[in-house]
Amino acid sequence: MDSPQTLFEKVWRPHEVAAETPDTPAILYIDLHLIHEVTSPQAFTVLRERGLGVRRPELTFATMDHSTPTRTEQVFGGAPIAIEAAARQVRELEVNCHAFGVELLGLRHARRGIVHVIGPELGLTQPGKTVVCGDSHTSTHGALGALAFGIGTTEVGHVLATQCLLQKKPRTLAINVNGRLAAGVTAKDLILAIIGTIGVAGGTGFVIEYRGATIRALDMDERMTVCNMSIEAGARAGMIAPDETTYAYLAGRLRVPQGEAWEQALEEWRQLPTDAGARFDKEIDIDAAALEPMVTYGTNPGMVIPISGSIPQRPGDAMFAKSLAYMGFEPGRPVAEQPVNVVFVGSCTNGRLSDLRDAASLLRGRKVAPGVQMLVVPGSKEVKRAAEAEGLHTVFLEAGAEWREPGCSMCLGMNGDLVPKGQYAVSTSNRNFEGRQGVGARTLLASPLTAAASAVRGRVTDPRELL
Amino acid sequence: MDAIKTFRSRTVVLAASDVDTDQIIPARFLTTTTRSGLGANLFADWRYGSDGAARADFVLNRPEAQGCTILVAGNNFGCGSSREHAPWALTDYGFRAVVSTQFADIFRANALKNRLVPVIVDQATHGWLVEHPGADVTVDLESTTLMLPAGRAVRFPLEPFARYCLMNGVDELGFLLGRQTEIVAYEQRLRSATVASVAG
Ligand code: SF4
Repeated sequence: MDSPQTLFEKVWRPHEVAAETPDTPAILYIDLHLIHEVTSPQAFTVLRERGLGVRRPELTFATMDHSTPTRTEQVFGGAPIAIEAAARQVRELEVNCHAFGVELLGLRHARRGIVHVIGPELGLTQPGKTVVCGDSHTSTHGALGALAFGIGTTEVGHVLATQCLLQKKPRTLAINVNGRLAAGVTAKDLILAIIGTIGVAGGTGFVIEYRGATIRALDMDERMTVCNMSIEAGARAGMIAPDETTYAYLAGRLRVPQGEAWEQALEEWRQLPTDAGARFDKEIDIDAAALEPMVTYGTNPGMVIPISGSIPQRPGDAMFAKSLAYMGFEPGRPVAEQPVNVVFVGSCTNGRLSDLRDAASLLRGRKVAPGVQMLVVPGSKEVKRAAEAEGLHTVFLEAGAEWREPGCSMCLGMNGDLVPKGQYAVSTSNRNFEGRQGVGARTLLASPLTAAASAVRGRVTDPRELL
Repeated sequence: MDAIKTFRSRTVVLAASDVDTDQIIPARFLTTTTRSGLGANLFADWRYGSDGAARADFVLNRPEAQGCTILVAGNNFGCGSSREHAPWALTDYGFRAVVSTQFADIFRANALKNRLVPVIVDQATHGWLVEHPGADVTVDLESTTLMLPAGRAVRFPLEPFARYCLMNGVDELGFLLGRQTEIVAYEQRLRSATVASVAG
């Protein structure tokens, strides 16, 4: 009898073109390669220089999201893309996809969106697949039981040319989550709490499998939020075993197998969950019932506290002091009640329909506080359409928020959607690094509920006060 | 590609831990479509004031840091975004090695592909290096050691394959292309075994 295997091993093994040896890494076959405008141009240049083509264009899929505008007139005409270099990247991706036969969801395509939102949405991401993209939040796709991780541009070139990557086999980390999340506490709060517990390097060298009753009870949007931020704990990939929730989500999507092939795929997917008795290299237990809404106070996602808590004291830690100085905070004080200038709801972490519903639920019949700019950016055109069909956009607009075209937007500010210097932003994105949302911008990461509550009050607010 | 065997330099020390790739090269410089020229904006928000002038208090701007090719960095260097622009900026600036106690996974992989050597050392060695900026050190790939002044030397971990590629100027793409037969055989095995496909 075969020894019990983890989900990770069950995906990794069948993709080994050649297993790891003492002298060489494994050659791993890639089932789905997602590309975008920022990390692909130099890879295509290498293909050209070496006279190579794309080995499996039908397994390669392109979109544009990072540097694209979110203002309707810049997307659909009437105004040029404000940043010339961004416009050049968009054009270059169009040219490359055309020349190499890669399918592209271009700027005006009805299904364009953030790469990690549209992969699952289109049914491209499936259980058991290996998925890569030149972007660290590729870990998102692990929510469907895929092995998905971010790669650099040189590796993008490797996959384009050979459909393979040289990889050292990572170790496995089980994060067992049990207990019911309280009202007002979301998947975002859960993953922030996990990162706060294991630290921003706690997952380095590991693939995480999120397990336990709490994870099983999450819907797909929530599972994606959790897996998305695996990289903020240093783990390249986060995975959740596929189950009926996964299959119900995938059923009928555009690119999933249909008819008899669907039945056969289901049969295979049902074999994927970790066997009883399989060993992980490391295990951690988290009690979800004890969690509160979480908010970051520093300049990495591990610097996070419950919203009712206070910033810790770390005398003698110069880095900590520097980080707080950047944020304009002192140790020992709470973050709640901090006045905010900007609120951003969006990104591949929290730009899906359920996130927008959460934010709208607190904004309905309320107003964004005077002086606060609130930006709501759907993760994809599909999310935008679905939200508009429910009237969510009206809720946002009537509350005084802006409703934009999909893209990464203020998550990294490449397209000009920036937080002004020194201002405080409550953001549903994933990184609060210095300058991430603009030079001198001060980012507080939180859930869509906390973001919306903070927009209404104009200060960092526990969403449970408005539920 | 150039083969690398050994190189020597004074060190420059940037001891902060968890330095993310957004600090190494901020997102607004990622609109480039080439690999070159990023060195000018390495650590841009720490290196230059809002007026664009070099900040005298930033370590890379000090006279003694000029010409140094070995960076001593803090724990978990290169975390965050997978942007290969980070090692491109470091190598374009002139760095050939970064010494730390730990590197983020994707950064380390990207660094090796750009012939930027990630040197992992123990806490004690790291502590000594942080306290002695400008130390004259040598990275030797033959023996995978970091040689410190006064004859001290510490081994650092480096996978045999990565070491082989660095020392022989081999690039991984060439290696993978050389394994085409196995890739084709794998694809044929797969085609006969499964029907699930992305085409729909
Ligand atoms: S939304 Fe933010 S984190 Fe996600 S892919 Fe875009 S830039 Fe990266």
